[in-house]
Amino acid sequence: MTSDTLMLEELAQSEYKYGFSTDIEADTVPPGLNEEVVRLISAKKEEPEWMLEWRLKAYRHWLTMEEPQWQNVHYPPIDYQAASYYSAPKQAGEGPKSLDEVDPKLLETYEKLGIPLKEREILAGVVAVDAVFDSVSVGTTFKETLAEKGIIFCSFSEAVKDHPDLVKKYMGSVVPYTDNFFATLNSAVFSDGSFCYIPKGVKCPMELSTYFRINEASTGQFERTLLVADEGASVSYLEGCTAPMRDTNQLHAAVVEIVALDDAQVKYSTVQNWYPGDENGKGGIYNFVTKRGKCAGKNSKISWTQVETGSAITWKYPSCILMGDNSVGEFYSVAMTNNMQQADTGTKMIHLGKNTRSTIISKGISAGKSQNTYRGLVKIGKKATGSRNYSQCDSMLIGDKCGAHTFPYLEINNKTSQVEHEASTSKIGEDQIFYCNQRGIETEDAVSMIVNGFCKEVFRELPMEFAVEAQKLLDVSLEGSVVYIKRLSLRENRIKGKNDYGNY
Amino acid sequence: MAIIEIKNLHAQIEGNEILKGINLTVNAGETHAIMGPNGSGKSTLASVLAGREEYEITEGEVLYHGKDLLDMDPNERACEGIFLAFQYPVEIPGVNNSYFLKTAVNAIRKHRGEEEIDPGDFLTLLREKMKLVHMDDKFLSRSINEGFSGGEKKRNEIFQMMVLDPTFAVLDETDSGLDIDALKIVADGVNEFRKDPKKAAIVVTHYQRLLNYIVPDFVHVLVDGKIVQSGGKELAFELEDKGYGWIEIEPAPAHA
Amino acid sequence: MNQQIEPVTGRDLFRQHFEEVEDRFSSNGQSWFMNTRKAAFARFTELGIPTRKDEAWKHTSLNPFNEVEFRPSDVSDVDSKALLEGIVFHNWKAHRVVFQDGQYSEGNSAINNLPKGLTIVSLKEAFSTHREVIEEHLASYAGEDENEAFVALNTALHEDGLLVMVEKGVVVEDPIHLIYLTTSHAHPSSTHPRTLVIAEEGSQLTLIERYAGEEGSVYFTNAVSEIVLGENAHFDHYRLQDESPQSFHIGTVQIEQGRNSRYRTHAISIGSRIGRNGIAAHLDGEGIECVMNGLFLTQDDQHIDNHTRVIHAQPHCYSHEVFKGILDDHSSGAFTGRIIVKEGAQKTDAIQSSKNLLLSDDATISPDPQLEIFADDVKCTHGATIGQLDTDAIFYLRARGIDEQSARGLLTFAFANEIIEQIKIEPLRDYLEAIIARRYRKGAL
Repeated sequence: MTSDTLMLEELAQSEYKYGFSTDIEADTVPPGLNEEVVRLISAKKEEPEWMLEWRLKAYRHWLTMEEPQWQNVHYPPIDYQAASYYSAPKQAGEGPKSLDEVDPKLLETYEKLGIPLKEREILAGVVAVDAVFDSVSVGTTFKETLAEKGIIFCSFSEAVKDHPDLVKKYMGSVVPYTDNFFATLNSAVFSDGSFCYIPKGVKCPMELSTYFRINEASTGQFERTLLVADEGASVSYLEGCTAPMRDTNQLHAAVVEIVALDDAQVKYSTVQNWYPGDENGKGGIYNFVTKRGKCAGKNSKISWTQVETGSAITWKYPSCILMGDNSVGEFYSVAMTNNMQQADTGTKMIHLGKNTRSTIISKGISAGKSQNTYRGLVKIGKKATGSRNYSQCDSMLIGDKCGAHTFPYLEINNKTSQVEHEASTSKIGEDQIFYCNQRGIETEDAVSMIVNGFCKEVFRELPMEFAVEAQKLLDVSLEGSVVYIKRLSLRENRIKGKNDYGNY
Repeated sequence: MAIIEIKNLHAQIEGNEILKGINLTVNAGETHAIMGPNGSGKSTLASVLAGREEYEITEGEVLYHGKDLLDMDPNERACEGIFLAFQYPVEIPGVNNSYFLKTAVNAIRKHRGEEEIDPGDFLTLLREKMKLVHMDDKFLSRSINEGFSGGEKKRNEIFQMMVLDPTFAVLDETDSGLDIDALKIVADGVNEFRKDPKKAAIVVTHYQRLLNYIVPDFVHVLVDGKIVQSGGKELAFELEDKGYGWIEIEPAPAHA
Repeated sequence: MNQQIEPVTGRDLFRQHFEEVEDRFSSNGQSWFMNTRKAAFARFTELGIPTRKDEAWKHTSLNPFNEVEFRPSDVSDVDSKALLEGIVFHNWKAHRVVFQDGQYSEGNSAINNLPKGLTIVSLKEAFSTHREVIEEHLASYAGEDENEAFVALNTALHEDGLLVMVEKGVVVEDPIHLIYLTTSHAHPSSTHPRTLVIAEEGSQLTLIERYAGEEGSVYFTNAVSEIVLGENAHFDHYRLQDESPQSFHIGTVQIEQGRNSRYRTHAISIGSRIGRNGIAAHLDGEGIECVMNGLFLTQDDQHIDNHTRVIHAQPHCYSHEVFKGILDDHSSGAFTGRIIVKEGAQKTDAIQSSKNLLLSDDATISPDPQLEIFADDVKCTHGATIGQLDTDAIFYLRARGIDEQSARGLLTFAFANEIIEQIKIEPLRDYLEAIIARRYRKGAL
């Protein structure tokens, strides 16, 4: 079986393989944050006055806010004055007009990451990609093909210039600039991101994808994504992330807003593989992200699928506000933590419309000394009669130094609604591995089989190409723990006096 | 021909000696029953033969077809034809039975230097064996042992044994928790396996009832980590009448 | 002050009953058991009738019960043949044992051809014939839980009941059909039926335990069953509470399970004005399986309160519990399920779910699943749902030409069927299906 062989090959590599950095000249704003920096960012992006005003409102509000402390993660205080808030690959004059003008070093970087930016190299019509390098979008593929259908898919900066009405109408309509500490910070200093608008009745003919890459040391990345599906439109959107290995922590505070109007459907999938730090917890990305979708119209649907394997700390709750009657929200998540990683992730399903439905499937896997928390809120409002929610949270522990925590919050305010919650915690035991061994299956294959089996319900929600990538990612993330289990078994398996595991 | 030779086997877990010198030879075509009270070491013996890691072998050896069994990893033993029917079969959520068995069958074939099994042939094989344990097609797409009743789990062990076609099977309390109908199905499966004169089995049980359906060639009584009595199938009936008490009161050889 | 004579109720009432029992049982073959009865009654007096202030009774008010002056049930000579006609299953092989108003009814029972190794004897008789068994087992298990006061009351006051024993390795083919029947009396009556089942190692048995009464009669049934399963024993239990809608039923089942044993129960509550259903299983050995399926149907102003408790005391045990409630009109219900995994009970696999269907806006249900886990390698899941019939599904059926009433009936039946289809006794399944059809399809089939 080829997919098995692939998995094994991946297993052989224990290191974070996206850890290289690109040596490219960058235009970086000096560290520090004040109104001047906000104005500078806006000026560099040649933004209209209304955009600057919005940023300044956010910045002023941010000054009044305190960093939240309630989450189940721990990190030293972040010095917001030490980070740089803008970094862009240096270009002569204006930004690239087409992909041919993009710095070849950048294209090379994306090729190494397996993200082809040259359209001809992409299987025709499969995926359109917007790549974000540090803070700015470096190229969007298939723009013309999409434009024929009236679909707008471009960098956020372009959207501000070319589609100001749409941006003004929807930006901040799901995540207002006052929302929370990190979202507000993002609103003040966001540098770029992706913008997507699917017009009425259009089914987007290909998967849309954004690929995020943090390259510069000691910059934060604050991108902003806005996705609007007009009446009857549908789209599937993928997001991938990587960063070089650096031993300082970098902040990634993004905002994603989704708006689905009547009968619209949006599927948003993330494979998050930011650099997690080394096995002692040095370095890695702080991934503090606000993702929220609003099912504004009736019969609309927003579905979040995430596979979170990277970052030193992941802290995010892709959520759905189910306003329209009969609207549907879904959240499928695999969060894998190893070594010293921490994850506090989950979702919020806010039922406001009648007969709204939501499904939550969360799979947490903790290995090493990591901590993995699921936090979820299901809120059913008084008027959301006939609404339903199903939540399932399963945790798997590998080894006995890690932790899994589950905090389901339920607020049900009418009795015609139905809520179901299931939770389980299990250890990937030597028992399960031994059982597979006893049937002839090797330990690596056994662990891979067990973990992928555990995540199956989520993987099947991912688009095909992503599902394979996600499986491989999990295997890589687990690498350390597989060796641990194997060593354990070898050590204990040997007869006294015949001990030769030193060769291993 | 000896399939397995256990010589003066001592094993311990967390410093407690459980097996205190087991000697047992099983030849091709034979079925041996091992009985004994709870905690006598029956399941430990089964686990040690399959290579369970928690146990430390402190003395003795086990030869399988003349080769040193204790030097092999658990999956190597399985590929060499040793099968353990678990006392408590393990659940693996999300991994369906047919995928699991196919992975196992191909691992064993690879070990033997054979090609991977043809998917069509494999399905035919599964269907044929499933019938023998009274399981329906739905079973193939269910996750391994997940949500199975106790009886279904035990039947699944026998089913896996039939598909993997081992040379030497160890059945660890496969009869425990079975009602009479399930017991008959399990016994039929084991008796089918025994028909082949090149194969052998050890049946570990707590209850004499099983031996009415799987009639062993030899019965051994394990008490406190040692085989204290061996005999033919009559021994099982004697145990049934008298319990283990009459054996236990016999003076144990001095430890010093 | 009060011009009327206050009725004697509650604790005082049962004191009168006990004095009367004391007189009768001190002189016959049961005098040796009198100390146990006395101790139990002292315990009952101490605890009193539970109130909503007791955590375990917070969902159930016994006020209506406390207003009734019950009398100990007379040995009635009512001909119950007609009544039984609607209860027994025809063309079905079983060992039938009938108790009428608390007393063994030989005429209505059929236990002539008992297989070797099966003993069925009325408890009253067993006090003389099986004294050692009674001494060892009776009142040794039940009562450690939320129903303690009523278990103590039963131990103190029980008149009769059944002892069932299955010897080692014996597989009993035909089920035992045990019926506790209450007929109409001029005054509200009370009985305290007691059942003791002892299944030895490797034995197999099926028991259907029925509680039924004449429509319109007001009475109190306080039933206690203790079940002891030896190693590798298999016991299929069906408990059907189908009392009169004016009655009060408090039932307690305590199961003690030995290594590798399997217990399966279907606990079905249909009748009574106020019903309490307590089931507790103690899984004290490795490799035990315990399956509890529950179904309760309430209407008018009925109230049914289910309390289950599964104690995992040893590793490698499996318990699976599904309780479903269908509540109509002004009725109410509660489900409190507790799973306790003791320290060292690793590899426990415990599943519990409470699913409830509200057929009217005025019906209420309080599901309260509880997990207490003191081991770290276990798989425990619990869930609770409350819902109404799916309006989309009703519409779908109507669009296919089925009228609304029938559509609702069909969906209600489908909800109950998850439990009913697991019943292996065909006539019992038919009986329940008929009840559900009558109640919810309202004649439109």
